[in-house]
Amino acid sequence: MTWPHKDLLDVTQLTKAHALEILSAAKSFQEINSRPVKKVPILKGKSVVLFFAEPSTRTKTSFDVAGKRLSADTFSLAKSGSSLAKGESLKDTVLTLQAMKPDAIVLRHDMSGAAQFIASRLECSVINAGDGWHAHPTQALLDAFTLSERWDGFEGKTVLILGDIAHSRVARSNVRLLTLLGASVRLCAPKTLLPTAVGSWGVPVFSDLDEAVRGVDAVMCLRLQLERQQAGLLPDIREYSRRFCMTTPRLARAAKNAVVLHPGPINRGWEIASDLADSRESLILDQVASGVDVRMALLHLYLTRKERKE
Amino acid sequence: MSHADLVVRGAAPATGLSEPADLFVAKGRILALASAGSRPVPEGARTVEADGMLLFPGLSDVHVHLREPGQEWKETIATGLAAAIKGGFVNVMCMANTDPVNDQASVTATMLEKALRSHPRGPRLYPVGALTVGLAGKALAPMEELKAAGCKAFSNDGRPVADSELFRRALEYASDLGLTVIDHCEDPFLAPGAGINEGVVSARLGLRGAPVAGEAIQVARDCLLARYLGVPIHLAHISCQMSVEIIRQAKAQGAPVTAETCPHYLVLTEDACEGYDTNAKVNPPLRTRQDQLALLAALEDGTIDVLATDHAPHASHEKETPFAEAPNGISGLETALSVTWELTARGELSAQALVNAWCVRPAEIFGLPLNRFQEGDPADFILFDPSARWTVTPQALASKGKNTPFLGRELSGLVRAAYVAGNNAL
Repeated sequence: MTWPHKDLLDVTQLTKAHALEILSAAKSFQEINSRPVKKVPILKGKSVVLFFAEPSTRTKTSFDVAGKRLSADTFSLAKSGSSLAKGESLKDTVLTLQAMKPDAIVLRHDMSGAAQFIASRLECSVINAGDGWHAHPTQALLDAFTLSERWDGFEGKTVLILGDIAHSRVARSNVRLLTLLGASVRLCAPKTLLPTAVGSWGVPVFSDLDEAVRGVDAVMCLRLQLERQQAGLLPDIREYSRRFCMTTPRLARAAKNAVVLHPGPINRGWEIASDLADSRESLILDQVASGVDVRMALLHLYLTRKERKE
Repeated sequence: MSHADLVVRGAAPATGLSEPADLFVAKGRILALASAGSRPVPEGARTVEADGMLLFPGLSDVHVHLREPGQEWKETIATGLAAAIKGGFVNVMCMANTDPVNDQASVTATMLEKALRSHPRGPRLYPVGALTVGLAGKALAPMEELKAAGCKAFSNDGRPVADSELFRRALEYASDLGLTVIDHCEDPFLAPGAGINEGVVSARLGLRGAPVAGEAIQVARDCLLARYLGVPIHLAHISCQMSVEIIRQAKAQGAPVTAETCPHYLVLTEDACEGYDTNAKVNPPLRTRQDQLALLAALEDGTIDVLATDHAPHASHEKETPFAEAPNGISGLETALSVTWELTARGELSAQALVNAWCVRPAEIFGLPLNRFQEGDPADFILFDPSARWTVTPQALASKGKNTPFLGRELSGLVRAAYVAGNNAL
C-alpha cells in the first residue's frame, strides 16, 4: 500500500483502511519496543524537527523516543527558545526550519489550524501533534490502538468521552476516529464545556454522568484546565468533580470489563478518582506505551512515503 | 434650459433594465434622461456611446476603512479612493479608527486634504468622526468641531461603546448637530471579534465563534434607545436574521433606525472559513444560508436600507497566520457591485432594491449628493458593463488590501466609467 498523504493533520484525512493499517503497523513496532535493544535502523539519515510551541511532556518525549528508536535524528525546538518568542511569525519560523531540510516537522501549537497552515507552505511532511482545540490525530490513533489491544474490533463497542469537550482537540479527533472505526461514541459534559453546535456531530450528548456511563465499554476522561473555572464556565472544581469525576462506583454502571482512559496529564480527584487511575481498569500507562508504538508507525509511514511510491 | 455639454447615449437605466436612454448633462448636473434617440444631441456636446451598458446613479459607500493616517502599509487614502472609483463609488465615508483616531479637526482636515490632492475629480471623501475621544468609550468627542471640519457622521466603529449611559448621551448630543450615529453592534463580552460564526464550522474547526445573539443584543439596545429618545441611529454591517427581526419590529414601532449590510453576508456563509481561510475572517462573521435569505428579504422590503462594503484592507503578511491570529476584515470596494449585481442577475435581489441600497438610501440618510436623474441633480453616475467577466486576483485590485475571500473567483460586471459631477473619475 502506498501512503498518499504528505501530512497528518487530522484523522479526517484517513479512510478506515488507512487507520487500520496504522494500527497494524503499530502492532509490529510494539514488538521492537519489547526487545532488549529497542532500536532499528530504518529511518537512519532522516531528520525530524519536534517543534513544540506549547508545553508538552508525553507527546514530545514520545515522538522523540519513537524517532530515535527508528534511528532518525530528532531536533527539539520550543517556543521559549525559538524566534517565535522574539516575535517572528509562524510562517517565517517554519520556512527557516525547512531551509535546513528536515524530512518532517512535528508541530504542537496553541492555535487551531496551525498544522494545516504550515503544511500548506512546506514541502516536508507535517505531523500534527495537537493544534489548539482542533485536532490531535496521533493521540486518537494511540487511544484506538490501546483499545484495539483489549478488544476484538470496534463494532458494537461504546466509548464515553467525558469532560471539557469544547476546548479539546483530543475529543474532536477521537469522535471522528472511533466513529470511523465502527464504535459508538457518546459525550458527557456540562453545557458550558460543549460546543454550541455539538448537535451537528451526530453523537448523543449527556449532562448526567451516571446516565451517560450506563453500559459503555470505555470511558475516556479529559483533562480539566483550571482556566475554565477562571473563565466562568464552572462554579468551582469541587462542584465539577461532584458531577463529572469518573469514579470506581460510577464505572460499576458501565459494561463488564469496561476500561478507563485519560490522555494525561491527569488531575487526580478532579476528572478521575485517584484509586480508579491506579486500578486494573485504567489504561493510562498503556496509552503512554502505545504512544511510542503508534508514533514509530507514523514516522515510518510518512517518512518513507516517497520510497514506497517509487 | 441650459445647453447639454455631455450626452451619454444608449445605456439602459439599471432600474429599468431594458429601455436604452440618452443622458443629458450640463455643467456637472443632470439635464434630462430621455428615451434613446428621442432628443437631438446639441452641437458641441461631447458624446459617450454606451450601448450595452447599465446606467446607475453613483454609488455611496458609507462604511470604509482607509487606514490613513497611521497604517499606510494596509491602505492609503489615495489607493483606497482609487479602489472606490473602480468599484463605482462616488461618495465614500471613512471610519475614524485611524492612528491618530479621527477625533479632532486636524485629523479630518488631513484626510480631506489628501483626498483632494490624490483624487481632485472624485470620489468625494466624507470622514466619519469618532464618537468618543480616542474611540475609548469614556468621553464624548468634540462633535461640533468634527462636523465643522467636514465629518458627516459619528461612530465608534470597531470599538463599540459598552456603557449604555455614555452611548445614550452621545446619541443625544449628535442629534443636536443633525448628524447620525453609526453603531457597530456587538456585545463586548459575547466572544467579540471572533471572526467566525459560532456554529457548525467553528465547532468542527475548534475555534471560538461569535454568536448571533452577541450582535442582536446590541441591535436591540440601540433600537430601544432610538425609540425612547426619538433620535436617529444607523446600524452598521448587520449580519444575521435575529438582528433583522429586531430592526423590522423597531421600524414598525416608529424607531428612527436605519441599517446596513455588506455584500459578503449576502453571498458567503461560515463555510467560507473552512480550511482556516483567514480572508473569510471578518467581524461580524459570515453566518448561514438562513441569515443570507433574511438579509436579502430585508433589503427587498427596506428593513435594511443600505449596502456598504466595510472595506477593511490588510497587508498579506498580516492575514498569513493561523486563523485566531489574523486580523478581521475583507477588502471589499472593488468586488462589491459585481457580487451584488450577480444577485440581481440571478433574480435574488431586485434592481430597484440594489439601486436603493447602493445609491439612494445612503445619500438620503447621511445627506450626501444624490442623483435621481432629475434635472439639477449632480451628474454622478456610472456605466456598468453587465456582460464583462473578470477574475479577482491581487493584480486586478487597486486597493493595497488583497484580503478578499473572492480571490480566484470569476465575477460578472465591471465599472467602465464613473462620473462625479459630470467628469469621469475612473
